Amino acid sequence: MTASLGSAALALAFLAFVFAAFAALAGRGRTSLRYAAESATSGEGGRERWVLASRRAVYAACGLLTVCVLLIELAFANDDFSLSIVQQHSSIETPTFYKLSAMWSSQEGSLLLWAWVLSLAASLALYATRGKLREIVPYATAVMAGVGTFFTGLMLFAGGVNPFAGLSPAPADGVGLNPLLQHPSMMIHPPMLYSGYVAFTIPFAFAIGALAARRLDASWIRATRRFALIAWALLGFGLLLGARWSYTELGWGGYWAWDPVENAALMPWLIGTAFLHSIMVQEKRGMLKVWNACLIVAAFSLALLGTFLVRSGVLQSIHAFGDSTVGPYILGLIAVVLIGSTALIVSRLDDLRSPRRIDSLASREAVFVVNNLLLVALCATIFWGTFFPLISELFTGEKSSLAAPWFDRYTTPLAIGLVLFTGIGPLLAWRRVSWATAKRVFVVPSLLAAAVGVGLVAFAGAAAEPWALALFVFATFALVGLGQEFWRGATARRSLRGGSLPAALVGIVSTNRRRYGGYIVHIGIAVLLIGIAASSSFQTNRDLQLAPGESAEVDGRTVTYERPTVAVDAQKFSFGGVVTVQQGDRSFVLRPARRYYRPTGQQSGTIASFFEGEATSEVGLRAGLGSDFWTSMAPDIAAVQRRVRAADQGFRACVGGEPGTPPQCRAVAQLMRAAVANPQLRPVALAQIERLQTATAERIARSYLSEGSVATFRVIVDPLVTWMWIGGLIALSGALIGIWPARRPRRRLVADTELEALKEAKYREIRDAELDHAAGKLSDEDFALLDAELRREAIEILGNGNGAYGIGEQTEPAKQPAEPL
Amino acid sequence: MEGGGHCDNPRTLDPQRKRKIRLVVALGVAVMLAAALVYTSFSASTEAKEPSELLSAAPGATYDMTGKVVKGSIRRGDEGLRFRVVDRDGGGESIPVTYSGTVPDPFRGGREIVLTGAVESGVFVGQPDTLVTKCPSKFTTSNDS
Repeated sequence: MTASLGSAALALAFLAFVFAAFAALAGRGRTSLRYAAESATSGEGGRERWVLASRRAVYAACGLLTVCVLLIELAFANDDFSLSIVQQHSSIETPTFYKLSAMWSSQEGSLLLWAWVLSLAASLALYATRGKLREIVPYATAVMAGVGTFFTGLMLFAGGVNPFAGLSPAPADGVGLNPLLQHPSMMIHPPMLYSGYVAFTIPFAFAIGALAARRLDASWIRATRRFALIAWALLGFGLLLGARWSYTELGWGGYWAWDPVENAALMPWLIGTAFLHSIMVQEKRGMLKVWNACLIVAAFSLALLGTFLVRSGVLQSIHAFGDSTVGPYILGLIAVVLIGSTALIVSRLDDLRSPRRIDSLASREAVFVVNNLLLVALCATIFWGTFFPLISELFTGEKSSLAAPWFDRYTTPLAIGLVLFTGIGPLLAWRRVSWATAKRVFVVPSLLAAAVGVGLVAFAGAAAEPWALALFVFATFALVGLGQEFWRGATARRSLRGGSLPAALVGIVSTNRRRYGGYIVHIGIAVLLIGIAASSSFQTNRDLQLAPGESAEVDGRTVTYERPTVAVDAQKFSFGGVVTVQQGDRSFVLRPARRYYRPTGQQSGTIASFFEGEATSEVGLRAGLGSDFWTSMAPDIAAVQRRVRAADQGFRACVGGEPGTPPQCRAVAQLMRAAVANPQLRPVALAQIERLQTATAERIARSYLSEGSVATFRVIVDPLVTWMWIGGLIALSGALIGIWPARRPRRRLVADTELEALKEAKYREIRDAELDHAAGKLSDEDFALLDAELRREAIEILGNGNGAYGIGEQTEPAKQPAEPL
Repeated sequence: MEGGGHCDNPRTLDPQRKRKIRLVVALGVAVMLAAALVYTSFSASTEAKEPSELLSAAPGATYDMTGKVVKGSIRRGDEGLRFRVVDRDGGGESIPVTYSGTVPDPFRGGREIVLTGAVESGVFVGQPDTLVTKCPSKFTTSNDS
């Protein structure tokens, strides 16, 4: 029932996407508002109708895919094992929370998630741009619907990846979800990454639309900037969650390994970062148009590449996803995207040229260009390293891979350069800054950064790690510079409006969310990089072999293995240890453990089967702002396993009623024989056996407590690593401030008309300049020049407004210049 | 910007030329970075080999071994783990392996691993803390356990 209903909904969603793509293309072409108005009244607006139909078709696809997702979720909740996806990734015992999130643990479920999120994002984007960007929207719709067609078509026709594939007859129970994946962040991490990947589709689609329609001003950027920011934030959050999972759950104590799949998510994030900066240059100065188009094409292609990599098995990765059938199709899509977009950009090169040039190296746009180059270089390096096995196979015939040290060698200096520019950028104003002003703004951050550098060398011996030292110094520069920005902004606002300092701070952030949200992101990234540099350069990492009662010294702390612990239940054996850590007069207790599971899906069997499934580390972690104390435990269970094997043998002999077995065996053997004859007795016999088995398992487990065997502890003292997570969360909150729509009704997702948007942008620029002037970032002369220039441009826009877009009938009342702060 | 001819003093280069110089510098840096990347990656990389190829590989040279852990072959000793590894497709001869250091959670018989090390008298000796075990999960078509 679910299977046929779901397949039908999926097929209809596919058809809706196909229709949307063709309808949108049928509705393309130049239309003016006047034409639209006429045609609406006279009832023959052919093109407008096609566009409307295509938009509604995307909404319909979104509705249908929502139905598909709900059906799958219901099937998981109700243990409907007639669906193969449910049978393979869930079981009756699986906790409900994991049942509901098990959908994306499967290939087909994750494809459905991709398509569904895409349909949601596309609907949202089309809803926000309805009645606007009339020339661009049809093409953008066609691109989004085309991608939707691809993914729904993949599920329907590629074979083996239809989420509604049925099983007949339906098995009584499912295989269950791998215990390693039963971790809260593992359940949020994949959808975050997916949504991040998918959200890049929207700016990409509108960029293609703008190129196709030759509407190459910044209107497509204004319409989709928020989506790019959302994609960036989701991808970043997904990366952070993955790192966190690796650190707390995987038992190796690291958070990043330069694994191909990690890199695949990092690359579009880096390009997205570059894009978010360089589009500001296009918005404000009309420059870098080709670059922006190339960046968004690259970001989208890399997002597709990430989707491809986890499904292809072409590269060796920690994430073994198995070879699957859909890889080649996704590769095909990437090829189409790259070739098509390149051809389109080349054919529009003449329209993309900007008459403007960067005025001065001491300007924000120049810094943005440098940061873009650094980010792209970083991405190119990671790309080369990730795909090196394929490259080397091509040239030498041998598959060779690059390890973390190679990546570190290049990414470290680039990251240090980037953190410097996260500090410099916000200190410079747009267009040009006189060196005198620049010097004034740079004094305090430079002096403090130098002081921190000297202090670190003198008192912390940081000279041994020059890269880390450089990063600390530059990050200090950035943090002080950003703090100074907030301070100057707030005091400037106070001098104009009065009020308390905190109120002024809230005021500048809420009236200029984009700018100060961005600064908060910068603060977060600087803090995050400090955490990474400190924890990777000054980490203490020791393996301790301790018997119960023994102690060892690690980095000034006394680590004592007090006593072993053990627990057995129907699913797992858990061997742990109570560890006390004493530092000075402070001490704390950690309880690391290692759990041994039966193979996923197996509920009963020999006791030895407990050691045939997953083994997971339960990390003992004491997090602190200064440093984390991390420990995992590898118990020596060789003796236990020997006893388990012996017990299993004894048990077999016992149940088989062999001679020489203890008396209580005879009763069990009798029961077994009776059960063979009478199936009704079977459950009774099985329960009896399980009771005996559990008792034996517990006895063996207890024997572990008394034998006092040596356990190996991996102990890591990670300085400042907590700041990595804190920095990530600061950056995320900054992005949220930038995404959040302003309260004023005028600034919705997209301004009402293009003219409105242009004016709005120009006014904001004038206000920015006033703020910069008040905050001392622009000298009086610079400000006078800039202000005159901006006002001239604003007047130009107002003049052009009459008639330029066919809106000329109503004349715009001359707006008063930007309201003061 | 007055003038703009050849006789400008060098401090006020005309913008066209200034941009050209900047472009050349940027391109030069890019080319140098690319060259360094290419050069170091070929020298820093380790070759990946499967167990069946390793049996005949040069002794002493460092390789990334990729293969599958033979089920039931894992033994824990005083100096770490001993186990056998076969080719990923399960064919070919297996090679004995010794390894000490952190063992990732997913490590067990039947799993694919990547381990850096060298062959010493017929035994692949893994470098400490280089064992990578692939996560199970996720998109594998069936559970093969």
